[in-house]
Amino acid sequence: MTSLVGRFECEAADAGCEVRRTLAADFADALAESVERPAVGAPLPFTSVSLPEYVTTDPTPSDLDAAATGITPAQFAVAEYGSVAIRSTGGSDEAASLYPERHVAVLAESDVVGDMTAGIERMGKIVRAGGDAVFATGASATADMGELVVGAHGPREVTVVVVEDR
Amino acid sequence: MSRATREGKETREEKAARIRHLLATEGESVERNTKGFNAGRYDAVRELSDYEELKDEARAIKEDAISRLPELIEQVRETVEENGGTVYLADDAADANRYIREVCDDADAETVVKSKSMTTEEIDVNDALEADGTEVWETDLGEFVVQVADEAPSHIVAPAVHKSRETIAELFEARFDPDRPLETADDLTAFAREFLAEKIADADVGMTGANFVAADTGTLALVTSEGNARKSVAATDTHVAVAGVEKLLPRFEDLSPFVELIARSGTGQSITSYVTFLTPPGDAPTLDWDADTAGEGDRDFHLVLLDNGRTDLRGDDQLRETLYCIRCSACLNSCANFQHVGGHAFGGETYSGGIATGWEAGVHGMDSAAEFNDFCTGCTRCVNQCPVGIDIPWINTVVRDRLNREGDDRNFDFLVEGLTPDEESGRLDLQKRFFGNFSTVAKWGSATAPVSNWLARTPGVRALAERALGVDSRRDLPEFKRETLRKWFESRGGTRVEGANSGGTAAGVREAVLYPDTYTNHVAVERGKAAVRTLEALGVAVRIPDVPDSGRAALSQGMVSSAEAQARACASALAPHLDADRDVVVVEPSDLAMFRADYRKLLPETEAERIADNSYELFEYVYGLLENGGDADALRGAERETERGEQIGYHSHCQQRTLGLERYTTAVLEELGYDVSTSDAECCGMAGSFGYKREYYELSMEVGESLREEFAGDAQVVASGTSCCEQLTALRDDDVPHPIERIAPRN
Ligand code: SF4
Repeated sequence: MTSLVGRFECEAADAGCEVRRTLAADFADALAESVERPAVGAPLPFTSVSLPEYVTTDPTPSDLDAAATGITPAQFAVAEYGSVAIRSTGGSDEAASLYPERHVAVLAESDVVGDMTAGIERMGKIVRAGGDAVFATGASATADMGELVVGAHGPREVTVVVVEDR
Repeated sequence: MSRATREGKETREEKAARIRHLLATEGESVERNTKGFNAGRYDAVRELSDYEELKDEARAIKEDAISRLPELIEQVRETVEENGGTVYLADDAADANRYIREVCDDADAETVVKSKSMTTEEIDVNDALEADGTEVWETDLGEFVVQVADEAPSHIVAPAVHKSRETIAELFEARFDPDRPLETADDLTAFAREFLAEKIADADVGMTGANFVAADTGTLALVTSEGNARKSVAATDTHVAVAGVEKLLPRFEDLSPFVELIARSGTGQSITSYVTFLTPPGDAPTLDWDADTAGEGDRDFHLVLLDNGRTDLRGDDQLRETLYCIRCSACLNSCANFQHVGGHAFGGETYSGGIATGWEAGVHGMDSAAEFNDFCTGCTRCVNQCPVGIDIPWINTVVRDRLNREGDDRNFDFLVEGLTPDEESGRLDLQKRFFGNFSTVAKWGSATAPVSNWLARTPGVRALAERALGVDSRRDLPEFKRETLRKWFESRGGTRVEGANSGGTAAGVREAVLYPDTYTNHVAVERGKAAVRTLEALGVAVRIPDVPDSGRAALSQGMVSSAEAQARACASALAPHLDADRDVVVVEPSDLAMFRADYRKLLPETEAERIADNSYELFEYVYGLLENGGDADALRGAERETERGEQIGYHSHCQQRTLGLERYTTAVLEELGYDVSTSDAECCGMAGSFGYKREYYELSMEVGESLREEFAGDAQVVASGTSCCEQLTALRDDDVPHPIERIAPRN
C-alpha cells in the first residue's frame, strides 16, 4: 500500500507536475528552488509557513503580467487524480494560479484525500460555505492547434510543494 | 454559424461529391485526432476498476434529474437568486438571444469574451450580438480557430478537429499577417493566447456554458483544459452562463461520477486540466487592466437556462434519453464513419456524431436530423462507450423511422412495389425499401438464379439500380445460389447425427436450430454447410426450419413497424423449438444482435427474454461444446497438426463485439492451432447496406481501407459478418470467408 501522498505524487507527476516534499522548517529553501522571480501570490494558511518577502500579494493586473511565478495554497488534493483544489473566490489565489507561466501550489500533506468521491465531498464543503474552487491537474494545455501544446491560457509549468508536517 | 443548409433535397450524386470533398480536405486530420481520442479512451477507462458502476451511477442520476426537471428548474432559480444572481428560462433560441442582448446592452458591452459552449452555438448567439455591433471573441483556442475560419465546429468537444497545424498556420497568416512567422503549434498557441489576452482584458461581458449545474447550490461545473473560462469570468463584471435545462443535477455531490467519466470518455484524459466549480456571482476580484486594479468582485450574474425543444424531448418516450447526454464525444470518436468524415458531414446545424440525431431532431427539427442521420449504420460500437448508457443507434433508428414516414419519393415505385411487402406507407424512400426488404429480393434471386445474377450484372440494370435505388454500380452484388442452404439440408436428408430423426431425438442428444438468415440461406450457403458439419461433428443434431427474416434489414433502414412484424413472425416460428428445449445457433452476428438485444425493443419482454437466453453466436456455441467435452479432433484443426502456428487474421463483427462475443472465435481458432491476429478498426465500413449506397460508397471504402491496412501482412483473413466478408473480399481482392469454413471438417 502506498500512502495517499505517495499516490498523489505519482499521479501529479504523471499529469506533468513537479512535486517537492519538504518539512515546514525547510519550506523557504524548497520554495526558492521552484520560484522564478518576479513572483506574485496569495497568503498561505499553514502555521509557520509563509510567503517570502519578495512575493507580491494582492497583485494588480500589471503585477500579474510581469510575474514569472504565482504561488498559492492548495485547499486540498485528490490522490487518485493528482489534482489540487485552488480557491477562486476572494483574494488573488485564482489570478496567481492562472496568469504567470509557472504556478506553485503549496499543499499540506494532511490535506490529501483519496478518490474523487472524497474530493467532491470536500469540494462540496467549500461550495456550501460560499466558496469557488477549481481542480487543477497539471499545466494548462490544448490540442486545438494540430498538436498537443502545454501552456495554453494558463500556466505552462506547475510545481506542488508538499509540506509533510502540516 | 450554422452549417450550410440545403435548399431543397440534395441528390445522391451531390451528397457523394460533398463527402468526397470532405474526405479529401478534412478526413486526414479528423482521422488522426479521433482515433487518438478513441485509443486514449480505451486506456483511460481501463484504469477505472469501477467503470461499469460509475456508468450506472451516472445514468441513474441523469434519469432522476430529467424525471424531476421542472422541480430542479424551480430549485436552481431559488438558489441562484438567493446567491444574488438572476435566472432566465428561455423558451427558444430567439428568446435566449433577446435576453442576452438586453444584458449586454445594460452592461454597455462593446466586447464579449466566451469560453467554449455548444449551447451558445445552438442559439447562434454570436450572430445575434454581432448584429448589434458587439464584438464577440471565442477564447477556447479550437473555437477561436473555427471563428477565424468562419466555419462550424466539426466535433462537439474539439471544434477544430478537422484542421491540421498547417491549415491553421495558413489561416492565421492570411487573417492576421503576424510580425513573425507562425510555424509550430507552440507559435500558433502563443500567438492566439496573446491576441485573446487583449480581448479578454478589454471585455465587458464574459460568457460561459456549463457542463453541469448543481440545483441545490447553484454551482456551475466547467470542464476545460486551457484556463480560458475562468479568465473570461475574472476579467469582466458581468457573467452570462448559458446552459440547456438538461444540465441540471439535483445535488452538488452528484458531480462525482461525471467528473471521473467525462474526460476519460472524451479525449481519453483521466481528468482535464481544470474542473472549475463556480457558484456565481461569487466574489473573485474583477481584474481591470485599464485602471490596473483588482476590484471588489461585485459581479452581475445571469444564468440563461435554455429549453429550445428540450421539454418536448423529455415527453418523448423514444428520444428522452438524448437529454442524459453529457456531450463527452465518445460516440463520435468510436464511430468508424465519424473517424473518417467528421462532423461537417456527420452532423447537423450544431451537433455532430451519432447522438446529434437526437439533439438536432429535438432542438432544430427533423430537417436538420435528416441531413446526416444515415451516417449511423447501427453498428453499435458507441453503445458500450457512452458513459450514461444511451442506446444511440436506437435513437437514430427512431428518427429514421419518423423521417421515413414523412418521405415522398414515389418516382420509381413500380420497381419495388411487388418486392416490398412492408408495413410502412408508400412514402418511404425507395433505396430504404429495397434494402429493408432484402429477404424478399433474396428469395426471388435464388428462385430465378442464375438468371437473377446475370440480370444483376447487366449494365442497363445496374444503371437503373443506381439511378432508382442508389445501389452503387462499383459494388459487386451478392450472388444468389439456386440451391439454398435449406434445400441442400433437406436433400441430404436432414441431420446426420445418429439418434436424431424426424420422429424425435434420442435422450442425451443435443438439438439445435441453425437459423437460416437471409445471407446464409441464399448467398453465403457454404458457411451454412460448414456450420452444419461442425455442429454435427461435435454431436449436435441440427435442424434448419423455415424461420423468416429476423427484421434486421428493415430495422437498419428505420422501418420499425416492418421490423416489429418480422420479429413477431420470427418469434412464432422459433417458439415450438424453444418449447422443445432446442438451442438457436446464429451465423450472422447482426441477426444474433436482433435476438439478443433489439428484440427487447420490438417484442413483449418475456418473449424477447426467452429468445435472448436461448440463442448463441455460432462460435460461442462451438466454444461451449468444446469446453463441455466436445472433441476438437473431430474438426479440421486436427488434420492441420503439422501446420500449427498458421497465421490468420480475424475481423469480428461490430455488433458481435458490442455483445462481447469476439473472444470465442479467437479462442476456438487458437485451440485449433491458428495464430490469430485481430483488428482494431471499429467497423469494416460496409455495415449492411451502407457501403452499397451510391452516396456512401467512397466513405465506406475509406473506412474499409483502414481495416485492409491492419491485415496487410496476413496471408489469410476471415470475418464473421457477411458484409465484413464482402468488404474485405473487395478490398483484398481475395476470398475472405467466415471462420467456420476454416475449422469445419471436410465432407
Ligand atoms: S451520447 Fe453518450 S457517448 Fe455520445 S456524447 Fe452523449 S454522453 Fe457521450
